[in-house]
Amino acid sequence: MSTIKEVKSEVSTPETFVCEAPNDMVKGESWTDNIKYLVVGIMFGIVFVKAEIISWFRIQEMFRLQSFHMYGVIGSAVVVGMISIFLIKKFNIKTITGEVVVFHPKTFQKGQVYGGLIFGLGWAITGACPGPIFAQIGSGYVVVLVTLLSAIAGTWTYGRIKGSLPN
Amino acid sequence: MNQIIEFILQPWPWYVAGPLIGLTVPTLLLIGNKSFGISSSLRHVCAACIPANIPFFKYDWKKEIWNLVFVLGVFFGGIIATNFLENPNDFVLSEATIADLKGLGITDFAGLMPADLFSIETLFSFKGFLFFVLGGFLVGFGTRYAGGCTSGHAIMGLSNLQLPSLIATCCFMVGGFAMTHLIMPVIFRLF
Repeated sequence: MSTIKEVKSEVSTPETFVCEAPNDMVKGESWTDNIKYLVVGIMFGIVFVKAEIISWFRIQEMFRLQSFHMYGVIGSAVVVGMISIFLIKKFNIKTITGEVVVFHPKTFQKGQVYGGLIFGLGWAITGACPGPIFAQIGSGYVVVLVTLLSAIAGTWTYGRIKGSLPN
Repeated sequence: MNQIIEFILQPWPWYVAGPLIGLTVPTLLLIGNKSFGISSSLRHVCAACIPANIPFFKYDWKKEIWNLVFVLGVFFGGIIATNFLENPNDFVLSEATIADLKGLGITDFAGLMPADLFSIETLFSFKGFLFFVLGGFLVGFGTRYAGGCTSGHAIMGLSNLQLPSLIATCCFMVGGFAMTHLIMPVIFRLF
């Protein structure tokens, strides 16, 4: 008895594309399909501003343990997300186009520690996670454009030196 | 009706905002099989604009364009909320935080951001370099090294009961505490 291992050909891409927010939809999407994500993004941006999550002050409050607000926001978001995913898995709920919802188990890598610490340092000083950055700019804080450009430069630098970092 | 409008204009409490953010997870999964995560948008920008033949940026970013459309939406959401749904009252910050930040030299507590820092004048100073240029760099470098940010790890990852995401989230917090309590006092003493 011999087992035949399937080896995926990776000729087209030089490394396997791993992304924390991948597009798992099998069917292709047109430009008009993308309007859905624009609408969800707009709702999301409004929540960011109205709950003052984009505020540098709120992030300071959080890291100084002087307000429950941010902990309440993140905590209740996780609880609602957990229940949702539990229900999707339990009842095998399909997407609106009838596809099976794809989940990606994450494997532990040292980067989650080192990168996590580095992001934490940046989060506290800028008062911005990647999401709120966009809402801050929309709110008229034009200097945050520099934060965004630097964040893109940081991402690019990571991609450039990735091979020589512990992971 | 007026009460509803009044409620919307007030700052939203955590028990309204948190569940709404949590609902983004099933919404994106069900409308298009998309896992929630925002920092990947930064990578897609690199892949689209400056791939520079780096393997990490050689992939079909057009397939991931939804993520860029999503953050464009977040930007528009910021415009809408700030211009049409603005809180008519003063920004309320914890007294203890105000006292701590006054100790660091921050004087303006009127808006969502400290005007002392988030101004064009600051931008072209050493302070601005640390807060925006270096800070932004750490955000972009760190999130990609960690494989996600507050959305991808803390919300999507924890919702899917992923241990690596719990580890990453704890590290985000440790980094933030270290910056706030150990490094920021030193930075503010520089000016």
